[in-house]
Amino acid sequence: MKLKYLTKLGIIASILASAGLFTSAHSKTFVYCSEGSPSTFNPQIATDGTTFNASSKTIYNRLVKFKYGTTEVLPSLAKSWTVSKDGKEYVFKLRKGVKFHTTKYFKPTKDFSAADVLFSFNRQRLSTHKFNKVSGGSYEYFNSMDMGSAIKDIIQIDSYTVKFVLNQPNAPFLANLGMDFASIHSSEYGENLVKSNKKEDIDRMPIGTGPFVFKKYVKDTIIRFTAHPAYFEGKAKIDKLVFSITADASVRYQKLKTGECHLIAHPSPIDLDSMKKNKKITVIGQPGLNIAYLAMNVMKPPFNDTHVRKAISLALNKKSYIEAIYFGQGMVAKNPIPPTMWSYNKRINDYDYNIEMAKKELAKSKKWAKGFTTELWTLPVSRPYNPNGKRMGELMQADLKKIGIIIKLISYDWPTYLEKSKNGEHQLLQLGWTGDNGDPDNFLHVLLGCSAVKAGANRARWCDKGFDSLIEKAKRTTNLKQRIAYYEKAQKIFKAKAPWVTIAHSITHKAFRSNVTGYKIDPLGSDYFYHVDIK
Amino acid sequence: MIKFLLEKLGVLSLTFLGVSILSFSLIRFVPGDPVLLLLGERGASPELYAKMKKDMGLDKPLVSQYGQFVGNVLQGDFGTSVVSKQPVTEEFLDRFPATLELGITALTFAIIFGIPFGIFAAIYRNKFPDYTIMGVALIGYSMPIFWWGLVLILIFSVTLGLTPVAGRLSVMFDIEHVTGFMLIDTLLSPEDKWPAFLDALKHLILPAIAMGTIPLAVIARMTRSSMLEVISEDYMRTAKAKGLSRFKVVAIHGLRNALIPVVTIIGLMFGSIITGAILTETIFSWPGIGKWMVASVTARDYPVIQGGILFIAGMIIIINLLIDVMYIVVNPKMRG
Repeated sequence: MKLKYLTKLGIIASILASAGLFTSAHSKTFVYCSEGSPSTFNPQIATDGTTFNASSKTIYNRLVKFKYGTTEVLPSLAKSWTVSKDGKEYVFKLRKGVKFHTTKYFKPTKDFSAADVLFSFNRQRLSTHKFNKVSGGSYEYFNSMDMGSAIKDIIQIDSYTVKFVLNQPNAPFLANLGMDFASIHSSEYGENLVKSNKKEDIDRMPIGTGPFVFKKYVKDTIIRFTAHPAYFEGKAKIDKLVFSITADASVRYQKLKTGECHLIAHPSPIDLDSMKKNKKITVIGQPGLNIAYLAMNVMKPPFNDTHVRKAISLALNKKSYIEAIYFGQGMVAKNPIPPTMWSYNKRINDYDYNIEMAKKELAKSKKWAKGFTTELWTLPVSRPYNPNGKRMGELMQADLKKIGIIIKLISYDWPTYLEKSKNGEHQLLQLGWTGDNGDPDNFLHVLLGCSAVKAGANRARWCDKGFDSLIEKAKRTTNLKQRIAYYEKAQKIFKAKAPWVTIAHSITHKAFRSNVTGYKIDPLGSDYFYHVDIK
Repeated sequence: MIKFLLEKLGVLSLTFLGVSILSFSLIRFVPGDPVLLLLGERGASPELYAKMKKDMGLDKPLVSQYGQFVGNVLQGDFGTSVVSKQPVTEEFLDRFPATLELGITALTFAIIFGIPFGIFAAIYRNKFPDYTIMGVALIGYSMPIFWWGLVLILIFSVTLGLTPVAGRLSVMFDIEHVTGFMLIDTLLSPEDKWPAFLDALKHLILPAIAMGTIPLAVIARMTRSSMLEVISEDYMRTAKAKGLSRFKVVAIHGLRNALIPVVTIIGLMFGSIITGAILTETIFSWPGIGKWMVASVTARDYPVIQGGILFIAGMIIIINLLIDVMYIVVNPKMRG
């Protein structure tokens, strides 16, 4: 009788165990509900955050890293570095004993060394490199950060010392090395793939030094990783990491509720209130490294007139947008860079909402004193920095009507919007930006520099010689104090000339199960899993 | 028969040509540049932009791009995805089993419930059961799938906790993908066979209901009207007069004859169910071709859009051809 009872119990237990209901105390699986499929597993050839989360943030390391939760640059695969006086040479001392991943498809025999650094960068910069043409051979991020023209040469001094020689001093260079495209790949793996004539595998069967080892990817469904046992910073607290790909935000929320995911990507702002009421869910928020702005095309009248631009800046009630568009989850922006970024000029006075002053300012322009009719392009998609461009456009339309500016709202689908505005076909345009590396250059130079007019990213098409020379100078010196002074001055010129109405910095939110510990919001918008744990 | 087949094949090649022109040109008429989309807010220098266009083969005139596309397709090369840099054929074949598995389940669900509902409504014509069933069918037919899917998730997954919210299999099961059909792959797996199979089945329930609702309504209405026609036939009266039971009259004499148009509808519906997968797959995170096509349109991934449409159109054309051939086989009168 007793035996029968025990047998029954045994059967039930084995069924439950096989159903996965008993999870071993020694095996922790963390499920992240991501928003989409990675386009590749090589961050060198990608430009999207979805791919970066699944590759550079999990599988790879770079020479430098951003301190967890900040944009402070810290050593990573490089343990230290020196910069020459002229700012043109960076010598990196590399960490010893760093192991590459061992997988079914590759067993490394060599530790990380200078050869891997050369292999990784040269693929992107030299057309003669064996891997340069693999997978289409375009390295958008590397090129759009001007790395190709910045780097003159990379020299291996010994197995653990590498020298980067630059064409010109370039202060943001160090922060650029912490970006995703600068991830370090294994040269030994590369050689093996050349021998077996499977070069493409480097982009879909990744080998890195990072905290997680790639195990498996089922398209549009799931990505599986296991913790790297020999990770140089110590093994991660979780044993397995799973990306469960869930495209719809409301479905991700339902999965978080039922406990099918521990952390979800991009919670919808509409769900935040209900999430906060759920005790099993924790919601955290922090101002993102971003800006939403209204660019005024200075190449087209009447926006070539500073008085008109100032009048528009004064007429827009930005505080009301924070309530209506961001549901309070944002802050009014006065500078083109976010307040968490170094060199943010606190002393700048914003154009506070004032209709009378706006009318007076418009009157100074003479030709346009009585107002005019113009087009305003509203953002067609919800972006992290502006959740509802159309609604914001309607509010702007109502505000500007008060000073006699009649607005016609226009929008296109996202690709067309980007294309037409790159060509400068717009008059007033809503757009925004999320930072790549925490350096002010990444906002001021990329979005407002004279060279960016030609490249198309400077949507105001504003080229001010005084402003431009300051940001160029700031780029050429590694002296932080001097850089801060240049950028603060540049922000002053920007505000006086008002090529943009700086609208808002949005607050980034993350939602996870309350038993998750160690998760921090990354100001650059990625998700890191090395520090997370499940209680 | 041979003449018929040759004729059909001729029409088929012309249709393919038409589809290839449409799929190639439509997406190019839609504004939006895949290169710029790839770069987002970033933009690029004119040199880099030109280089990327050239790398993607988008710098050539449209006619030569189309010529190259057709030439490659004839050699079995459907191009390479701009986003994933993988061959389109491989991408398609990886995802198609998921769509087919869901489609078959949804259609089975629609048939199992649709036919009995239709018969029932026909038998009780213009009575309460008929009005109820036809009323519900009309609602089902007009149901917005996206909303319906979310309602199903809220009721069955979140409130009752009976089914998983989305996906094909719980993350705890790590199953090798051999055939791509989850129900088969779980059974082929050396471990966790039955729990994984049950889990896969549970994942199928809600998307199959969401996807099968409209076909169910169509089948129920078609069965009803077809049954009504048959019921008034002489042979039905004869069967009744012979003293057969009501069940035998309806199921054997009535249904068998009424089913012919229903089967045609089901065959045609299989094509539309594959295209209808777009909404269901998006809401249930189902990794099939519907979701894949939506993502490729958003990214202006030209090769995927062209190749994907050709594949789907090809399948529908072939299904239609098979139905035509089956008619001939079944009904010799049509051979003339």
